[in-house]
Amino acid sequence: MAARQALQVHLDLLSQPCRALHILLACTRLPHTVRHVALRRGEHRTPEFTEINPMQKVPVMVDNGFILTESDAIIKYLVNKVDEYTAWHHTHTRPHAAKVFLLEVLLPAQTGSPVEAQRLVGALSQLQETLDQLESMFLRRQPFLCGDDITVADLLAVCEIMQPEGGGRDVLQDRPLLQRWKSRVQAAVGDAFDQAHAVLYALRDRRRAKL
Amino acid sequence: MAARQALQVHLDLLSQPCRALHILLACTRLPHTVRHVALRRGEHRTPEFTEINPMQKVPVMVDNEFILTESDAIIKYLVNKYDVPDHWYPRQPERRARVDEYTAWHHTHTRPHAAKVFLLEVLLPAQTGSPVEAQRLVGALSQLQETLDQLESMFLRRQPFLCGDDITVADLLAVCEIMQPEGGGRDVLQDRPLLQRWKSRVRAAVGDAFDQAHAVLYALRDRRRAKL
Repeated sequence: MAARQALQVHLDLLSQPCRALHILLACTRLPHTVRHVALRRGEHRTPEFTEINPMQKVPVMVDNGFILTESDAIIKYLVNKVDEYTAWHHTHTRPHAAKVFLLEVLLPAQTGSPVEAQRLVGALSQLQETLDQLESMFLRRQPFLCGDDITVADLLAVCEIMQPEGGGRDVLQDRPLLQRWKSRVQAAVGDAFDQAHAVLYALRDRRRAKL
Repeated sequence: MAARQALQVHLDLLSQPCRALHILLACTRLPHTVRHVALRRGEHRTPEFTEINPMQKVPVMVDNEFILTESDAIIKYLVNKYDVPDHWYPRQPERRARVDEYTAWHHTHTRPHAAKVFLLEVLLPAQTGSPVEAQRLVGALSQLQETLDQLESMFLRRQPFLCGDDITVADLLAVCEIMQPEGGGRDVLQDRPLLQRWKSRVRAAVGDAFDQAHAVLYALRDRRRAKL
């Protein structure tokens, strides 16, 4: 029988903030248990899960009975760290990258309708502005978003930027500066990067196979 | 000659996060200088301000040349660094995590949903001269209602403040967002006694600083009323 760890996280690896948390746990080697929650199968709406998290969202952390939601609160709790990027992340990187994935993959999959081209153009444009700002504000003269070292900010950002890959779209295609940053992040976290993104890669590959 | 403080903040008191920071500074009595930036006059786009903050947003803090944007990063930095009462952003990891939990949720719920009501009722009509877009407003109010429901059921269930028994920076951020529609004469807590009681507790805890921070917003509300 597997030992019950005090620290438990409930994750769906199709969710960007879940992947960031997953990578952090892998890198820091904090002992923990992962419970997988499949959002697309509605597992976040079961009575059992709702009892843990009435918000019905992932990720959620349970540490010796202390229940915590919100990925950056969880991550910070785990490393006791505060920085400026994560606030901006929630109003820029996360919504703008997520919207592209929503329009290209999620909505068509759920509704059976074709991609709404007009909205997608708008979402891509907004994402371009955000990527411009990432390059000019956070990566100007430093290798990582918050300085010389990788921080939780880099994990949160890279996972959002990866999400459109689920639809086969590399949003960094023409951005060598961000590509170099992403390579540094991948190098810093090692195997944990691809392990966390395995589900997303599988989605991308399944969609490609259908074309 | 007034002493130049090492800590400087650039604020527009029509901005909700600026007010939260203003109230925190008043409550903690940290020595500081306030530079007012009038967004409606485009003062955030001047070359001088852009040099301080290329994001062209408020609030921004300068502490001995260390420049920081994003209201909750600034607020947390100040509480972390300076000797202020611990309850604002407790050091104990679980209590601190609760504040982080709220401030993350704040950015995706309280802030956008309350701000949208103010945008539709006050800002857009003022800027465009067009009437209020009634359909969009109905949708925005509905979304805000859901968020207020969640504030009551998730964060204020069995506790007097959003993150526990004591006021924290979370309460400041939230109350300033919830006040914003007042600029258009709308009290979004009108039928919500639980949230009204919470707001009274926050006001009692911060004293005069509350009305001082909201003076500009009240003035806007009163000017609009006078025109009716």
